[in-house]
Amino acid sequence: MPVVELSGVSKTYDHGRVEAVHDASFAVEPGELFGLIGPDGAGKTTIFRILTTLLLADSGVATVAGFDTRRDPHEIRRRVGYMPGKFSLYQDLTVEENLTFFATVFNTTLQANYEQIKDIYEQIKPFSNRPAGKLSGGMKQKLALCCALIHRPEILFLDEPTTGVDVVSRKEFWDMLGRLKLQGMSILVSTPYMDEASLCDRVSLIQRGRIMAVDAPAAIAEAFPHVMFAAKAGNMYQLLTALRADPAIESCYAFGEFLHVTLKDDHDSDRTFSRIAADKLPDLDVRRIAPGIEDRFIRLMLATEDVSETHGPRDQR
Amino acid sequence: MAPATSDKAMTCRKLTKRFGGFTAVDGLTFDVDRGEIFGFLGANGAGKTTAMRILCGLSHPTSGEATVAGFDVYRETEQIKANIGYMSQRFSLYENLTVVENITFFGGVYGLSRPEIRRRSEALISTLGLDNEAATLVGALPVGWKQKLAFSVAVFHRPQIVFLDEPTGGVDPVTRRQFWDLLYEAAASGITVFVTTHYMDEAEYCNRISVMVDGRLEALDSPANLKRQFNAQSMNEVFLQLARRAERS
Repeated sequence: MPVVELSGVSKTYDHGRVEAVHDASFAVEPGELFGLIGPDGAGKTTIFRILTTLLLADSGVATVAGFDTRRDPHEIRRRVGYMPGKFSLYQDLTVEENLTFFATVFNTTLQANYEQIKDIYEQIKPFSNRPAGKLSGGMKQKLALCCALIHRPEILFLDEPTTGVDVVSRKEFWDMLGRLKLQGMSILVSTPYMDEASLCDRVSLIQRGRIMAVDAPAAIAEAFPHVMFAAKAGNMYQLLTALRADPAIESCYAFGEFLHVTLKDDHDSDRTFSRIAADKLPDLDVRRIAPGIEDRFIRLMLATEDVSETHGPRDQR
Repeated sequence: MAPATSDKAMTCRKLTKRFGGFTAVDGLTFDVDRGEIFGFLGANGAGKTTAMRILCGLSHPTSGEATVAGFDVYRETEQIKANIGYMSQRFSLYENLTVVENITFFGGVYGLSRPEIRRRSEALISTLGLDNEAATLVGALPVGWKQKLAFSVAVFHRPQIVFLDEPTGGVDPVTRRQFWDLLYEAAASGITVFVTTHYMDEAEYCNRISVMVDGRLEALDSPANLKRQFNAQSMNEVFLQLARRAERS
């Protein structure tokens, strides 16, 4: 039985004028590390609030640990740990006081559940007498995770734990999630960073309140419908402009040190790129690559919405 | 506005800032070329914000030398402010002013005349294709439009350098790329772009990247050369190798 299940969940704000989540369905299996991947405003936080029983859905059914979010919110609250996107601990309580407070709220003690948090807590223990508000970003994040774990929840909800955090702290945080998963914890985590999708067992891609795909990260990337090429040249801006203007090119956008390029006709790729190189870009370097999650996200985004609506009338390419 | 005579948009020599016993910025020495897209990276707490505040004329260094757009960071901070643009993720436009009101406000802040503001804002609105939204509140615009407008407003007074502080945080992948298209265009037109980001794939779009660790500049080169130097596959790896040297948190 899934530990989290959404079925046709919708939620609007502002008397129905703002559609935050539309007909969302997915399920998280026990012991799974499940990612909700999408940009700001996609509806990630709304889904987290519905699942943690802080908001009621307008329609649809959501269950957590087998309990209905509408009928049994108290059963759910005892069983979940929730780390909201905004740092929500008491800034003027110390590290240890925050932990004691959250343990007490859940009728337990720091000592009783020390094993559960030991691994993470030991990293911030040297600062146990420091007020939470005076911790660095990475340490705040670790404390918030400890507080969410203190009552031995069955399921962890982590809303954008790595937003605004640097690459090193992001990596450390994902390592911690990996260890919690090994202990059998079910985790639902959201992130706007596409590269973090590959660290999850399965992911939902979400954009403008709609779930665009649910699958294992590799399967999502493999479902990309075209052959993908990576192109490079001395002057990247010139390359971008030239490729976009070429009638044989279906799409072309920057991706790290390369441009990612798809062709209208995949069978003719050698000839197409030789022609482009001969015409205007003698130093063109092209190779075939496997598309990634972000490529698929972009493709799904462009397919499921009128891009001019979100991105301006000049960008219908 | 006396334009700088050299081909450098920015020069720093042993730039240092101390707060009591704490050295936030420790002897930065680097130059930024005109029309360059310069990535300014570092872990949280490495000293990026302190250095940016000095380079924007908002704070004095403790020692060392630096010029921005040809002006001195000790004596000519007002000239620096007049010759740079600034955009951050969190604040760049007033949500409860319309498109035209925002442009007019920021044009006024930068000292442009009324007729000049009117002329340029008409041109800008038409370039952005926002003719039908000129009287729309910025808060009601979709995120992609907002970002483009925010950047256009940051360069509305035609600064020599534009500072961008994590301009794309939390933004969808299509909008992020369209934003970088704008940066490429701006750089091609001669504006120097000084940008911080947590997205390492975006670091690859910069001509050169600097990485700060514990207040010091630990690396500075093109993305390709940095990857070679650190024997790394990606900028992510380069960054991790460097940031792990950090001793202060």
